[in-house]
Amino acid sequence: MKTRRSALSTTALVAVGVLLAVWTLLPVYHMLVVSLSPSDELFAGRLWPEDPTLTAFSTVLTEGDFTVERFWLQLWNSLFVAVVSAVGVLAIATLAAFAVARLRPRWAGLLTTSALATYVIPLSFLAIPLYKAMANYNLLGSQWALILATITFGSPYALWVLSQYARASIPSELDEAATIDGAGAWRIYFQIFLPLMRPPMVVVGIYAFLLAWNEYLMAFLFLSEEDSMTLPVTLGNFLNSDQIQWNVMMATALFYALPPVLIYYAFQRNVSSGSTAGGVKN
Amino acid sequence: MLLAPPHKRPTGARRTLRSYIRINDPWVFVLPYLAGAAFLIVYPVGYGFWIGRDPLNYLQLFGDPTYWAAAVNTLLFLGVGVNATLLLALVLSGFFALRRWWVKALLPVFILPWAVPVVSAYLSIHWMLNSEIGMINTILRGIGVSSPPEWLNSYGWAIVAALVSYIWHWLPFWTLILLAARMAIPNDVYEAADVDGATGIRRLVHITFPLLRGTYLTSTLLAAIWTLSDYNTVHFITGGAPGDTTHVLATLGVDYAFDIGFIELGVSVGLTALPLIIILIVLLVRRLKADDGGLA
Repeated sequence: MKTRRSALSTTALVAVGVLLAVWTLLPVYHMLVVSLSPSDELFAGRLWPEDPTLTAFSTVLTEGDFTVERFWLQLWNSLFVAVVSAVGVLAIATLAAFAVARLRPRWAGLLTTSALATYVIPLSFLAIPLYKAMANYNLLGSQWALILATITFGSPYALWVLSQYARASIPSELDEAATIDGAGAWRIYFQIFLPLMRPPMVVVGIYAFLLAWNEYLMAFLFLSEEDSMTLPVTLGNFLNSDQIQWNVMMATALFYALPPVLIYYAFQRNVSSGSTAGGVKN
Repeated sequence: MLLAPPHKRPTGARRTLRSYIRINDPWVFVLPYLAGAAFLIVYPVGYGFWIGRDPLNYLQLFGDPTYWAAAVNTLLFLGVGVNATLLLALVLSGFFALRRWWVKALLPVFILPWAVPVVSAYLSIHWMLNSEIGMINTILRGIGVSSPPEWLNSYGWAIVAALVSYIWHWLPFWTLILLAARMAIPNDVYEAADVDGATGIRRLVHITFPLLRGTYLTSTLLAAIWTLSDYNTVHFITGGAPGDTTHVLATLGVDYAFDIGFIELGVSVGLTALPLIIILIVLLVRRLKADDGGLA
């Protein structure tokens, strides 16, 4: 009786597992199938293309279609925006975290709380006045609009993760010893704080990189020139074009998805501990 | 300071800038953050209220059936989308807590929807839903459904498609959060329950769920707030089709502001969600206070 029940429950569990795998993989598998299909076979809706071909991928890489005629430049734009945003978030948030966690002014708690309160503002509503504000700052059309916005919206989470780590994992005796030796706050920041903060900085850097890489709405609103666009804007514009080459579009979507997926799996341990730190008390 | 005797001043009668700005003060370190927040959060928020100040725009919205459709859809996303996601995540966190090698191996696969950029994934789903040649209807016809639904041509199927896509994207994230909360329950709690004879369902109901309650409720509130500002799901899955019936407030606001070019009306759409946002924030703050500070 008992073994029959456990065999039954194992079967049920395996069924759940298979279902989950199919559910999870289907849209990704579909991307792959469409991008491997030749143009004339796109309308067959097959589960696997009859003559799989890499034509769509080579079209993207050689910019052989008007929809992807700036692919390499836009890939570079995405990379540039993401890297500069990550560096910016790291700079601003380590400075603020140093003040909050090591110098411990009276207003430390107030600053962290009000910074985190940013995340209850619905960004897609704020995007409209933010667009007007960017116009006032004369930044519309510039990648700096996207970079500055990403830095500002990424910093509160970064500040929170970094200051938690700084409080918990760096002994305050280090600062005290340095102060006795005559080191000022800035010297402690550069020579003691930053070197010891490397582990959470990796998490925060990846977080900010992905935040910028994945951003669609603000990129779409701020960047309208083909030469300054990031890749998601180009992908979104596919839907507006009259003749969509779906295989080319899915190939572009796969290229665009590759860096974050690789980063995610390469740093899985760090990132998932970082993202759970965002939701769970530690 | 005003009463300080003059001879204590460093440079005679006139105070230099240097005596005000002390480079090692804590506020100097948070200055870059504060500047960013002032220019890109505080100012745009205030500016938004200013742009949306005209009551006539609200009258126009409240007489606009598209607006009401978007409001109802937004509530559907919050009521059905968020709760279905969180409930499924709660169940799946139990599944992924199982100590079997193949369950552990499945976890990285399951996380894929969170790792793939949302634009790529949603474009793929959008094409899968094509009623003539999309993969879903090909499969349905293959298993004998003679006339599968035209997904994006009817309001009902289109909003279901958007909700399911939303769940697909968000499920891994909330499952990971709840899994982490589950793993944080100390083993001796379960051992003590074992001694008292609580196993299986009773252990789940009397121990696991009460201990997950805080994280679950906080997650639900956060998910609701974030879903309110979810532009991508509806924009890429249905684009508001058919006939602007599947918009949510987030997509309608952007649509009015930039497609029609009526910025004030677009901002007003967002501001009508303010009462809901305030309720969610009050609930969230209460929860966080009840949990004594931590975000769980």
